[in-house]
Amino acid sequence: MQDLSFITSWIDNLLAQTLGLPGWLTVTVECVLVGLVLLLAYALLALFYIYFERKVCAAFQCRLGPNRVGPFGLLQSFADMFKMLIKEIIPLNNIDKFLFGLAPFLVIVASMLAFAVLPWGKGLQVIDFNIGIFFLLATSSIGVLGILLAGWSSNNKFTLIGALRSGAQMVSYEISISLCVITMVCFAGTMSVTGIVEAQADGRWFILTGHVPAIIAFLVYIVAGTAETNRGPFDLPEAESELTAGYHTEYSGMHFGFFYLAEYLNLFIIGGVAALLFFGGWQPLYIPGWDGFNDIMANWIPSPVWFLAKAVIITFVMIWFKWTFPRLRIDQLLSFEWKYLMPVCLVNLVLMVIVITTNFHF
Amino acid sequence: MITLSISSGVMAITAAVTGIALVALALWLAKLLSPSSYNEQKGEPYECGIPTRGESMAQFKIGYYLYAILFLMFDVECVFLFPWAVNMRMMGAAGVLCIAVFFTILVLGLVYAWRKGALQWK
Repeated sequence: MQDLSFITSWIDNLLAQTLGLPGWLTVTVECVLVGLVLLLAYALLALFYIYFERKVCAAFQCRLGPNRVGPFGLLQSFADMFKMLIKEIIPLNNIDKFLFGLAPFLVIVASMLAFAVLPWGKGLQVIDFNIGIFFLLATSSIGVLGILLAGWSSNNKFTLIGALRSGAQMVSYEISISLCVITMVCFAGTMSVTGIVEAQADGRWFILTGHVPAIIAFLVYIVAGTAETNRGPFDLPEAESELTAGYHTEYSGMHFGFFYLAEYLNLFIIGGVAALLFFGGWQPLYIPGWDGFNDIMANWIPSPVWFLAKAVIITFVMIWFKWTFPRLRIDQLLSFEWKYLMPVCLVNLVLMVIVITTNFHF
Repeated sequence: MITLSISSGVMAITAAVTGIALVALALWLAKLLSPSSYNEQKGEPYECGIPTRGESMAQFKIGYYLYAILFLMFDVECVFLFPWAVNMRMMGAAGVLCIAVFFTILVLGLVYAWRKGALQWK
């Protein structure tokens, strides 16, 4: 597997040695570069996901989906973003201006911080704490604050109901996500994202080596993740038939665009974390004994491709959910979490502890 | 691991600043490109064309609040479980036993809330 950190070390060398910049300037330039790369990756990925979801939805409904703007409609989401930029941000009468303006910042910053923790490939990871996965959980839960503020400050009853539903739903399902992550952290013995990925080298993906508890954790995680991103069948906060658009009803133009971007990025983050925890992150497919095959998988396909492919496949399944299950009611939604998913998570954690202590794993 | 001369903490700040910059830049661009006009009716809450009645920033159903309290309890539990989860193999049976006591108390808490009907949506 090629270590892609040669790119960053080359840049670092270029700035510090070849150009001979002083320390503080090197750090500043590198910060700006990292910021630009993050910004670009964030925006492009969100645009890709908007296109991807529309195409997949269309396929599920026997439609064509966007196919006019650019080849196969590939430029559709760029056109959408541009249209959003030139739409008016409507001034509203009785809103709480400060909180109304603050909400998109919180939502975007939360998803950006979580996004930066994901391991893109061998040597390609922006934030690499030794508590990486914990940091990811902590930052991604800031998003719910933004949503609550958005709903409260808009001075609209639909947004208030939408925000409260969303708040109750997101905080509830976050517990399941945390417990699933704890289960896998138990198994991995580390919270560092790099450590977790490296522990899954040579096809020792946690979903295979952790067998039953890992599979249960994955299933619960994917369900809770779908709820966490407010997607169907858990899309109560923005149930369009009852709440117009939920918590972002009053947001117009680019202001709305931020919620839209963050929503799709959160979808990717859920997929990325699932890939990281259960499917080996950027580790390639590995079949013991097939040396030639493994060599091709590891050395001919770069690691970011593996990570992206896994994340996209998992998010595809989440989009699939949306078109398969009908929307839940709020009481069903909450009792599903508290009476089924969370007890399952707790039992699963105990199961994982038993599996580890008896060494009954591969 | 990115081999730059920035520490992870600075990276985290960079990511946060990038998020803020993304919103600020896009809003600035939107201000430049988009039209803007003021109209009293346009600023009204969007509630299906009917003028809104009463206060919208009102007190609302207590049910949501109850779930928030339960969340607080279990999220703090998760925070306490993380350090143990990392060191689980190292601490061995003693660690498992200690956390089992903690875990049991929390499960009892869940059972209590369940029996009290806190998980029932009313």
